[in-house]
Parts: sequence; structure tokens; C-alpha cells
Amino acid sequence: MKRYRIRRYEGCISCMKCASECSFGAITTNGKRELVFHHERCTDCQRCVSFCPSGVLYITEDENRYKGNRVFTEDVINEINIQAETGSALLSSMGASGDDIPIYFDKMLLNASQVTNPSIDPLREPMETFTYIGKRPEKIERNGEGEIVDNLPPHLELETPIMFSAMSYGAISLNVQKALADASEKLGTYWNTGEGGLHESLYKYSANTIVQVASGRFGVHERYLNAGSAIEIKIGQGAKPGIGGHLTGKKIVGDVSKTRMVPEGLDAISPAPHHDIYSIEDLAELVMSIKEVTGYKKPVMVKVAAVHNIAPIASGIARSGADVIVIDGYRGGTGAAPKRIRDNVGIPIEVALAVVDQRLREEEIRDRVGVIASGGIRNSSDVVKAIALGADAVSIGTAALTALGCHLCASCHTGRCAWGLATQDEELSRRLDPEKGAERLFNLVSAWTREIKEFMGGMGINSIEALRGNRMALKGTGLNEKELEILGIGYIGE
Amino acid sequence: MKVIDIRKDGQSEIRRHEGEEILVKGCLGERYIGEGLKSGRMHIEGTPGNALASYLDGGEIYVDGNVQDAVADTMNAGLLAVKGSAGDALCYGMRGGKVYILGNAGYRAGVHMKAYEEKKGILVIGGKTGSFLGEYLAGGMIIVLGLGYEGERITGYFCGNGMYSGTIYLRSGEMPPNLSEKLKSRYVGDMEKEEVISPVVTDFAHRFGLSPKRCLEGTFIAIEPDESKTNSQLYVAV
Repeated sequence: MKRYRIRRYEGCISCMKCASECSFGAITTNGKRELVFHHERCTDCQRCVSFCPSGVLYITEDENRYKGNRVFTEDVINEINIQAETGSALLSSMGASGDDIPIYFDKMLLNASQVTNPSIDPLREPMETFTYIGKRPEKIERNGEGEIVDNLPPHLELETPIMFSAMSYGAISLNVQKALADASEKLGTYWNTGEGGLHESLYKYSANTIVQVASGRFGVHERYLNAGSAIEIKIGQGAKPGIGGHLTGKKIVGDVSKTRMVPEGLDAISPAPHHDIYSIEDLAELVMSIKEVTGYKKPVMVKVAAVHNIAPIASGIARSGADVIVIDGYRGGTGAAPKRIRDNVGIPIEVALAVVDQRLREEEIRDRVGVIASGGIRNSSDVVKAIALGADAVSIGTAALTALGCHLCASCHTGRCAWGLATQDEELSRRLDPEKGAERLFNLVSAWTREIKEFMGGMGINSIEALRGNRMALKGTGLNEKELEILGIGYIGE
Repeated sequence: MKVIDIRKDGQSEIRRHEGEEILVKGCLGERYIGEGLKSGRMHIEGTPGNALASYLDGGEIYVDGNVQDAVADTMNAGLLAVKGSAGDALCYGMRGGKVYILGNAGYRAGVHMKAYEEKKGILVIGGKTGSFLGEYLAGGMIIVLGLGYEGERITGYFCGNGMYSGTIYLRSGEMPPNLSEKLKSRYVGDMEKEEVISPVVTDFAHRFGLSPKRCLEGTFIAIEPDESKTNSQLYVAV
């Protein structure tokens, strides 16, 4: 909740472009073609700055600060004032901002080959990033003639171990979903509907679509379930573990209403728990019920937030009959979450992955499930480190939105996204060209895939599968012994 | 009418005869019967297992005995009529179609039922229900008749907690215990009874050979969300 000031150097040509681009009403015009700045409304989304043709506009933090101290910082004081005024809980968006919670990815270094085990040059040798996600057959079966029987349970096939996280139509615009779906098709990966149903125009992408079933069951029907390549049961998400969803009636308009199958203007509330799931046995029942209705042809995924006892939870999920566990870490983004929950609940994905992989291996059930990690994956090295910690693949949400123009102003919950992403305003959502967006997503994931191959080559690995759970490839720095023990890695130089 | 022995022929045989009139016999807890079916008429003998008729998308299912948990989960269309009682989590997230239970229902019946355009989930329970009836109700209609329990309490605690649309009707003169202050309750007038409740209850009564008059006699209470107490003040953006 920082306060900003909108400023300009000399040379403004009064084109008024900034005022027409600002969706938060921070820059307006008066009758005399002069700009009026309403600093208090500015979110620092940088839309005006990007579109100023003379490059004279800039945003700074307001110099007028509360004195505060190290304990009662300016944000703390501001938040107390807001709550004293309104009596309401604080609502924000994007991922956690707990400043002192370590980003373990940045405290781990990867290995490379030297002399004794030669590295591989990805430019001249094939590098396999193809990833299968799902159960692995427990044994090889042969028929009477001795031929191998295909007993591979249903699975997802990814050309690269990067997918797009669940973001619902309603939280993001249809154009964003179009870009995600189109990019997934071109990349040979998957995007995820979130709990908002599947828009009619996107059914054609079903070979690259994961459909979600969450506690509100919005937009869920037989045709929807069968339209997905996989079905994800969402129990929780990293940005707000234990909290349900609430899409306000204001955003339930037109096609959003149609796709969610919720009357226009009525709130869409996803209860915190699924009221038909109170145990692993109940979860197993829903997993099998979805399998039954989809003819046992599609993998069923279960998405949970990374919380303190994630290892036994994952073990339960692996035993529930689900094919894939999706773990969303502390830093996972969202379109709207209570700020206190976002910043104070859950654990980072790196730790969750390490303990889940360890637990599933100890119980000899790691091959019963695929593991997908999400929540704060920023670049290809995070992907490689996540896989080395035990993930089969990762999914990216905030990074994908950033590729589409998001500037992390964390104002998604206002529905006024100036970049046309987290909004249902027709005019604003036209600001994203889905084709151009798909191209940028394609470029991003292709670039990361290229970098992943370089990491693999450097380590002398030519198949991404050989990296999965390979903790020997990681060493920690700046971590204490307990952290190293939990992550299952040695210290640098060890 | 095609007769299917569920323990010999299994689910696949039911699917093969979708759209026809069939009799499924010998049920002893087999789960997922009738899932996602779109048409046809199915008669069930014995006790089908959990998740009967979930995602049901049309057609009619008649059950002779009792049904278990998670029945009619996320049902979209069609009819399910049960001569016995139902277990917990009946009609969770149901969006359309009708579910008639002649006997009682367990806990969490009708949680998060909804309505959309021509779709409207309708749940009628002939007997009484456990706690948490119609929590988070987002649309549609739940009617509890309390037949044979006249003068007794016919729902448990937390009836309608968190509901934000739709209506719960109880054939009772007594308000449910600990009703949330975010809900409004009222006695149903003659006109509403005639126009809204009567057509549904009459259909219910006919399916089970009961007298509609008997099912409709006495006082009805309606429970609805209090629109002046919405959730919109819960949060403030930062």
C-alpha cells in the first residue's frame, strides 16, 4: 500500500495519452486539456509511463512518509489506519510479500560436469525435455507372445516440464485465457481453467486444457469434465491456504456468468472446504467419481497448498487414487486474497517439494503419482532446481502474466487492471492481443526450455527425467544445518 | 425392460443401455451408478453405493431402497426419486434437475445447490434432515416435508448457514435452531404455497403415490438470505 507520486519532466506535449491509459483514475484531464494527477489512486502499474510518447512521465514513491520505526513501519501504520476506519479485513492480490521469508531457490547452487564425466553440448546432441506426468506402471506386463502390453495409466505428455497455473475466467480476462491456450498448443503443454468453467470458444483447445473442479463446482458438468486432458480437484492454493474463493457479483457479467453458470450479478462463493471431502477416503471417492464419469481415460490431479504437514497430506493423496499432486507454495499468486493469510500462511515450495518427494520415496509410492510444483517459479533455474528437489514439472502463473504485461502492481482485486489482464472490462481487456500474447508466452517458455537444456548438458544429463529428485545436483549456501537436512542437500563444497 | 445384475454385468452394461428403460438389481453398495447419464429411465433395486447419480445430466433414476453418501453430487439435470432415505452430502453443488427423497436425509444435504438460467436445482425430502441443510445455498429450492414427524423438529443445527440465494421451505411451524442472523425466516402465505410449493410437492407426491393434500397441509416456513447483510463489507482493498 505504498503511496506514489506521478511526476513529469519538461517536454510534455499534452497528448493526454496517459490519462486515457490510466484505468485507476489517477491521471485525468480537466476541460482545458490539462492533466490532473490524483496521486492517491496511483498503483504504480507503469501503464502511463510505458505509453508516454515523449518519455517524460515517471512515478516515484511519495517522499512524505510516516516516520515509523523498524517495528511500526509505514505499511503497518497505514494498515492500522485503514482497518480502524473500515473495520474490514485487508484484501490484496499477487503472491506473498513476506520480506524475511527466504527464497530457497536463491540459496541453492547447481552442479556441472568437469573432466571425469563430460558435459554434453545441447547444440549438437539431443536433449530430452519430454515429460510424462501421471502414475507409472508398477511392472512390465507381457502377453502370451511375449510382447509388452501397454499398461501405462492415463498421463499428460509435456514437451517441456513447464505448464501454466490455474487462473479462472473471471479472475483473468478471456483474452488472457486465449493466449494461454494458444501458447499451450504451440508449446505442447497445458493451461488450466481454474474454477471458472471453460468458455465455449476454448473447447477447441481441449487437448491442451486441464479443467478444474473446486469447492464451488462452478461451470462443472459432464461435458466440461470430458473436455479436459486432465481434471484437477482444487483443495487449496498457496496464496490463501484454507480459504475459499469469492468472486464478487460485479465481475459476474456476460460470458463470465455463462461460463461459470452463475446468474449475473450474484456472488460466486467457493466454500473453504469441499463439503463432501472430510477425509482421504472422501477424496478418493471424488477422484474415482471423476474417473468413472470420464471413462478412466484421463489423469485426475489434486492441488493443495504447501502447508506444514504437506508430506503426510501428499502421501494420503498418492493413496487416494489421484494420478498427480500439484503443490502450490507460499509465494503463489492470486487475483484476490486476504493479505494477512497471503503473507503468513503456508511454506515455500522448495521445502514442500523436498519433504514430499522424500516422504513418497520412503513409502515407496513416489511412482504412483506425478508431482507438479508451483508458487514463485521465476525462471529456468528455478525450474531446474524444483525438478532436482523432486518435481516432475512446474507451473507458472505470475511469470506468465508478466510476459503478457503484468507489472506486479498487485491491484488485480480491483478489477481495473490497466494491462487488460485481471479485468472483465471490455475496453481494458482489449488491451491484450491474444495472438501477440501467445507469441510472447511461446517465446518465454521456449527460452526457458533452451536454458534448461544448457543446465542439463552442463550436468552431463540428456534426459530431464534423470534430474528428477537428483539432490546431488544441488548444494546450499547461507542455510543452517536443519534447512539443509530438510531440503536433503549438502552445503557448498561438501 | 433390460435387467442388469450389477454384480455380474457391472457399470459398463448400464452405460451400454443409456437411453433405454433398464432395471439394475442386486445393488449392495456399488458406487457411481448412473454417473453423468444423459437420458433413459433406470430402476434400481437394493442399496446403491456412494455418489449415485453424480453429474447426472438427464433421464430418470428410481431407487427402491435407501441410498448412501454424496448422492446427486454436481447434478445438472434429470430426476432421482428414492423410496428410502439418503446419507450425508446429498446434492452437493447440484445445479439442475430434481431429487426426491421419500425418507430422511443425513447431514449436509443440499450444500451449495444453485440455479442458472432455466436450470434450478430442486430437492424435496419427505422426512427430516440432519444439521447443515442447505449451507452456502446459491440458488434453487429445498423443501423438507417432515411427513410423520409433525410437531417435531425436522432439521438440525446450522440450517442455511452462509446461504446467499435460493430458498429453503420447511413444512413446520417451528423455526430451525440457531438460525444465522444473516438469514430471514417467514411464514409462507397461501399464494406462495399454491404457486411455488404446490406444483413441486404435487409432483413429489405423485411419484410416490402419496396424497398431495396430505403433503401440503399445515404451515410452511421459508428461509432466505437477508440481502441487507451481504459479505461485501468483509474486505477492504489495500
